[in-house]
Amino acid sequence: MKKISLALLSAACLATCFSASAQQKKLTVASFPSFDEAVKIAIPIYKKLHPEVEIKLVSLGYGDHHNAMVSALATGAGVPDVIGVEVGFIGKFAETGALEDLSKAPYNGLSFKSKIVPYTFAQATSTTGALIGMPADIGPGTMIYRKDILDKAGVAEADLTKSWESYIEAGKKIKEKAGVFLVPHANSVSDVYIRSNVKSGDGIYFDSADKPLLTTPRFVQAFQYAKSIRDAGLDAKVLAWSNEWSEGFKRSAFATEMRGAWMLGQLSSWLAPDTKGKWRAANLPNGSYASWGGSFYAIPKSIDSEQKKMAWDFVKFMTTDKQMQVAAFSGLDAFPAVLEAAKDPFVDQPVEFFGGQKARAMWRTTAAKIPALKVHKLDPVADEIMNAELTKVLDEGKDIKLALNDAQKQVERRMRK
Amino acid sequence: MKKNSHKFLSKKWAPYLFISPFFIIFIAFALIPLGFSAYVSLYQWDGANAMKWEGLANYVWVLDLQDVKWGEIFSLDFWRDLYSRDFWRALYNTLWIGFVAGLPQHLVAIPLAYFIHTKLRVLRNPILAIYFLPFITNTVAIALVFQALFSTQFGVVNEILTNIGNWSIFGMSPLSWLFPTEKIDWARGDMTRWTVSFVVWWRYVGWNTVLYIAALQTIPQDLYEAARVDGATPWQQFWNITIPLLRPMMFFAVTLTLIGNLQLFEEPYILTAGTGGSGRVAETSAMYMLKIGMTDGDFGTASAIAWILFVFIALLTVLNNLLFSTKD
Repeated sequence: MKKISLALLSAACLATCFSASAQQKKLTVASFPSFDEAVKIAIPIYKKLHPEVEIKLVSLGYGDHHNAMVSALATGAGVPDVIGVEVGFIGKFAETGALEDLSKAPYNGLSFKSKIVPYTFAQATSTTGALIGMPADIGPGTMIYRKDILDKAGVAEADLTKSWESYIEAGKKIKEKAGVFLVPHANSVSDVYIRSNVKSGDGIYFDSADKPLLTTPRFVQAFQYAKSIRDAGLDAKVLAWSNEWSEGFKRSAFATEMRGAWMLGQLSSWLAPDTKGKWRAANLPNGSYASWGGSFYAIPKSIDSEQKKMAWDFVKFMTTDKQMQVAAFSGLDAFPAVLEAAKDPFVDQPVEFFGGQKARAMWRTTAAKIPALKVHKLDPVADEIMNAELTKVLDEGKDIKLALNDAQKQVERRMRK
Repeated sequence: MKKNSHKFLSKKWAPYLFISPFFIIFIAFALIPLGFSAYVSLYQWDGANAMKWEGLANYVWVLDLQDVKWGEIFSLDFWRDLYSRDFWRALYNTLWIGFVAGLPQHLVAIPLAYFIHTKLRVLRNPILAIYFLPFITNTVAIALVFQALFSTQFGVVNEILTNIGNWSIFGMSPLSWLFPTEKIDWARGDMTRWTVSFVVWWRYVGWNTVLYIAALQTIPQDLYEAARVDGATPWQQFWNITIPLLRPMMFFAVTLTLIGNLQLFEEPYILTAGTGGSGRVAETSAMYMLKIGMTDGDFGTASAIAWILFVFIALLTVLNNLLFSTKD
C-alpha cells in the first residue's frame, strides 16, 4: 500500500517537475499508446503553425495513464494542459467536475458539432450537461482475419460473416484443418457482441436511467457465444494486450480478431509487422455494427487561463483540423471523428497490410452505421465485474444466467449511492 | 559573536534541530496522509467533487456483514457465503498466499542458512549473493519474466513439460503418465494462487536466509563445542542449540513476512494483469483497495479498507508476538 502511494506520489512529482520547469510557451499533453502517436505526428505540423509553442508529451500505459490522471485531477498536482481520454473512461472523467466545460465560451466546442461524428459529443457530455472532451477519433468495430489461414482451411470470408453461428462453425474447421485458434480469447467475441445491438439511448452496461443491463438478452447471448467458442477449444485463452497476445499474432496462432479499426495500426506497427499482406478486414458477423473505442481530448480546470488558451488551440487543431485528422488516420489508423476527413481521397487508397484491400473505405461505411453509445461513469467498474464473471463461466463452467445475475448484483452493490 | 551562535544553537534546542529532518518528512509524508485517510474514510469522495459525510457507512459497506447468518458459522455454507463477499475473499486470498508463500520461506531459509553457515567456506558469499539476488531485483521485472515462463501457449515451462510428456519411442510415450501431454493453463483459477505464492516464496527466501545467517553468527561457538564434548549429534545440536537461539530472529523475520505478505500487491497484480485471475482468486486486499479507489473512484471506501487492514495486521502481529516472544 505504501508502495502504491509512493509510486503515485513519484508519478505526481514527476509531472509537477515538468510543469514547474515549464516556460510560458510549453504545453504538456498526457496521453497513452497508441493514441499518443497522434501527438507525435502532430508535433512537427503544429510547430510550423506555432513555432513558439513547445509540446511535451507525457505518455503512460492505457490503465496507468487514466489512473494517473484521476489522481492528478484529485490532488491538483502534476496536472497536464491537455489530457487524452479513451471512451472507456470518458464517462468517469465527465463526472469528476475537474475538467473544463468546452461547450461554454471561450471554447464554444459545440459550434463544431456539424463537422464531427455526432454521437461522440453525447459521450463526452456529463450528466450536468458539460462538454468535457473534444472527440478526436472513433472506433468502427471490425473483424480482421488471416486470408492465408482461411484458404488453408477452405473457409471463405462469407463463412465468418454470415452469422455468429457460422463464424463459430468456421472456427471449428480452421482449428481442424489449419490447427490455428479462431480467436485469441473468447471475450473478443462477447466484447464485440455487447457493443453491437445496443438499444438507442442505452449504454453498453447502463440504460438511460442508470440501471445496469447485465441481465439483458444482449449479455446472455454474448456469454453464450463466448462459451461455445471456449467449449469447442477455439480460443487460445490469451487476453488482449498481454505479451502472449502479441506473440500469438507474430506466430500466426490466431485466425481472426475483433476490435476497432485501429487494430490495423497496432498490427502493422508493433504486433506483427511481418504478417503484412496476409490480413484482411471484414464486417462483423450477422451484419452487426459496433463501436469499439474512440478517444477525446480534455482540458483540466486547474491550469491557468493562459495555458488553457494554448491548450484549446492545440485541442482544436487535433480534433477539427482536417489535415491533422487525415495525418492521424494514415499514421496510426485512428478513424477520424471529423466527417470531412473521412471523405479524403486517402481513405479510398488500398491498404498494403491488408493485401491491397480498401479497408478504410469499408470502415467509413461502418462508421456511418454505428449506433450512438451512451457512456456511464461506472463503465470501468461494470467492465471489470462482467469480465470476472465471464472468466467464471468460461473457466469454471458457471451457469450463464447465474453469472449475469451475480454481475448485476455486484454492479448494483458497487453503485450503492 | 560567540554568544550569538550560542543563542541559535543552545544545548536545549540543538538536539531537536538535528533530529527534526526525520520528523518533518515523517509528518509531511506519513502522518498527514495517515490522518487524512482516516478523515476521508468517513466521507464519500471521488477525488474531485465535494466530500459528503458518510459516518461509518464506508466501513459497513466494506465489511458487508448485514445479512450474514451467524447462526450457521460452523457450516461450510457460511464460509462460502463469506467468500463470495469481495472484502472477505480478498482477505482470504491474502492470508492464503501469505501462508503458502510465507511459511516455506522460513522452513527453507533456516536449514539453508544453517547449511551455508556451517558447511560452506569459499563459496559462502557468492551463493548467498545468488539467493539474495531476487530480493533486490525489480518486482515488475520478476513478474514479467515469470509471466513469460508460465505463458500457456508459448511459455518455456509448458514447452518443456509437454515435450517430455509427448516424447515417444517405438510409437509409445513412456512418460505421458507423469508429464502433461497438453499445455497446462497456468492462468486457471486453481493454479493462480500457487503460481503467485511460488514467485513470492522464491523472491523472499534469500532475504530470510541472510537474516538467519546474521543470527547464526551471533551464536557462540563454545556452546557447540560443549555439546560435542557431551556427545551431542549434529542433529541434536541443531535442534537444541541453533533453533532456540534463533528464536528472536524468527520473531523478527516472521513479523516482516507477515506485514509484507498482508500488504502483498505487485506480484499478484502483474501476474494476473490486475484482474486477480479467474474468479479473482489472487486478488489481495491491497489490490481490492486499489480497485475501489481507482476503478470505482471511491477514495473514502478505499481509505476505510486501508484502516480495516491496519487493524487486521496489528492483530496478527500481536498474535505473532504471543507465539514467539519468550517470558525472559
